Amino acid sequence: MRSSATGHGAGNRHLRARTAAVGMLVGVLALAACSGGTTVGGTSTASDTSSPYGFKAAAQTEGAPITVWVDSTRQPAAKAFQAAHPDIKINIVAYDGNANGSNTFKTKTQLFDRAGSGWPDVAFTTDNNSAAWGSLTGTAALAPVNKGLIPQASLDKFAKGALDVCTLDGVAYCLRNDLAQNVLWYNKKLMDEWGYTVPTTWEDYQTLAGKVATEHPGYIVGTAGDAWTPEIYFWAAQCPANKVTGPTAVSVNTADPACVKAAKLLDGLIANKTMSTLSLFGPEFAQTQGDKVLMLPGPSWYGGAVFQGAIKSPAGQIAAAAPLKWADASSPATGNVGGGAWWISSHSANLKAATAFATWVTSQSAFDGALVPTYPANTAAAADWVKASQKDGYYANDIQPAFETAAAQVWSGWGSPSFSQEAIWAKVVQAGMTKGQTIESLLPAWQAQVANEAKALGYTVTTP
Amino acid sequence: MTDQVTVPAGSQRLAGSRRGSLVGWAFVTPFVILFVLFGLVPVIYSLYLAFTNRSGAGVGLANFAKAIDDFRFWPAVQHVAIFTIIWLVLLAVLVVGLTLVIHRIARRRTKAFIRFAYYIPGALAGASSVLLWLFLLDPSVSPVSWLLRLTGAETFQQVVSSERLPVIFALIAFWTGAGGWILVLYGALNTIPTEVMEAAKVDGAGPIRSAIQIELPMIRKSIVYMLILTLAAGTQLFVEPQLVSQASFGIVPNDYSVNQLAYVFAFGQNDFNGSAAISVLLLVVAVVGAALFVWRGKLFEAE
Repeated sequence: MRSSATGHGAGNRHLRARTAAVGMLVGVLALAACSGGTTVGGTSTASDTSSPYGFKAAAQTEGAPITVWVDSTRQPAAKAFQAAHPDIKINIVAYDGNANGSNTFKTKTQLFDRAGSGWPDVAFTTDNNSAAWGSLTGTAALAPVNKGLIPQASLDKFAKGALDVCTLDGVAYCLRNDLAQNVLWYNKKLMDEWGYTVPTTWEDYQTLAGKVATEHPGYIVGTAGDAWTPEIYFWAAQCPANKVTGPTAVSVNTADPACVKAAKLLDGLIANKTMSTLSLFGPEFAQTQGDKVLMLPGPSWYGGAVFQGAIKSPAGQIAAAAPLKWADASSPATGNVGGGAWWISSHSANLKAATAFATWVTSQSAFDGALVPTYPANTAAAADWVKASQKDGYYANDIQPAFETAAAQVWSGWGSPSFSQEAIWAKVVQAGMTKGQTIESLLPAWQAQVANEAKALGYTVTTP
Repeated sequence: MTDQVTVPAGSQRLAGSRRGSLVGWAFVTPFVILFVLFGLVPVIYSLYLAFTNRSGAGVGLANFAKAIDDFRFWPAVQHVAIFTIIWLVLLAVLVVGLTLVIHRIARRRTKAFIRFAYYIPGALAGASSVLLWLFLLDPSVSPVSWLLRLTGAETFQQVVSSERLPVIFALIAFWTGAGGWILVLYGALNTIPTEVMEAAKVDGAGPIRSAIQIELPMIRKSIVYMLILTLAAGTQLFVEPQLVSQASFGIVPNDYSVNQLAYVFAFGQNDFNGSAAISVLLLVVAVVGAALFVWRGKLFEAE
């Protein structure tokens, strides 16, 4: 019969069960499938200038064991740390960080907050929303990393802007695991064969899509079937739909010309069928359009997760170009889809070990000889990673310049509030799209939903 | 329960019934303990939460006002109401109808087989049966994809579009729950004395007439009991929309039902008090609905 009465705990179990059973949701899905939510009525982090860490830390015990929460993809990292540091006692807990990880992290943390104990020392999540609630909960769950806990020299080893997504009011709360900067992926073999030049602007891209529609119908230049669609097209257009203006303040204006032009671009390409509306990780996409991808604007992790994973494109065809820019934009801009983060608990009884762990795992490009699946946020590790990931000759060009250009161009006007932009997009815009509505016609509903969700979470919302 | 173990008659009667009641207590104690721990205590705790704020101070009805004012509340209530009505009607009509039909089948083995077949889906735990449905409802993998396409849906996202959801959830719930109720009602039908049915036959009542005038009134209490439990379960709709939400990558929102909204309040917004208020509202609805059924169905009336 119905097991609805057991709601809470069951939810997570079901979530895992479903992920396992449906099987198609590679870890990556969660890179974007974010959570939402925050404290309502929480207080700001108890900052403590007299503490060497800059926050009120728990009593420290030398040599206390630390507990780290990792998703299955990050488990090798934790194990490698354990092997390399036999002097540090560490409990590795695998949790469903893969599927909506920060949600579990948040729900569990809130229960630990109520119980007054049980927090992990370090946790990994596949997105960055945790900063928003972690900075606010009544007990100030997450440790600020740039107020004394981690030396500036170590923080400087991360790519410029890498910690922005988990920084609120100048306080950074995470060590970023990987960057998820958007580039333009394309099939070099087909582009060469058909005599197309790789576009550099969204305008050229749109023109080329028109040509593809008539000359090679069936081929696609991108997808708009995933919840992170706005993070690819609207973020790059510098659309002010997700502007976090303070710890509990957002502004949203989807009527802005930047949003409208991105919506029109997508609507036009959906109409001429060069823009797929299927989810990249659903079973249908691989079946029907997997071998029809000519171009695909998207994050750096598409290289592994999509081309080598979900759709299994043959080696020697896929290449990466610098992100597209709008001709009228003053500066080039691109978006970012996820990019995991490591969080240290302010309740840790062994901050020294917790910090050593988080710093070490973010500085590696491979564990036990196996390359990490995503582009590291640590600059030196990223350089190693790009070199190593190209060794097998899978890519048809040198992806390093595109990745590095994109890493520096992520527009900072798209924030990480505690509600999930992706959930809102799916609920309002994608639901409308499946009924045949245009994205442009859904822009007002999108804005209304953002405003509603934000208000429910205690945000002050500014709309035009 | 005590009746069954009581030693019959004679001078032993008093001692026997005392021993019987002891045995009775021994039987119910594990249930009572679990019921208090996982039923009563949480209910009382959520009542406490519903009328207080984070720091434990009494706030009257403020949590209720906030929950009802929430922009997601009334849509969720509407979703659940439509679903529950469809489900109740489906159960009341189809389960009763099917049970009467099975009860009339003459061959024992056919009967036993059909009862077993109806029960199988119910043997699957809630979540796993929904997982099965996720495959059934996805045209790209479904064995009945032609049927889905016939309804005009080409993709899973279209199958689970908002206007179809109540029917889909009701079908899932019916499929998983109906078998168990068919067994219960079947058992109730068995308690009708054969003389009564034979008398009806002699008086010239056909199968339909005796079903309506004799069998239905005599199993009325079991039907009412079914409707009460169904109403309680229906208003708590959670697993189906939660899993469909995840499978549709969020196109079906995770605040579709009232219970899901309570979950979002507690674990999305860290507002356990608001969440408790929603739960208490659900409890009130279920209790009022049950009272209505008990009263109209004369459930506690002695024959």
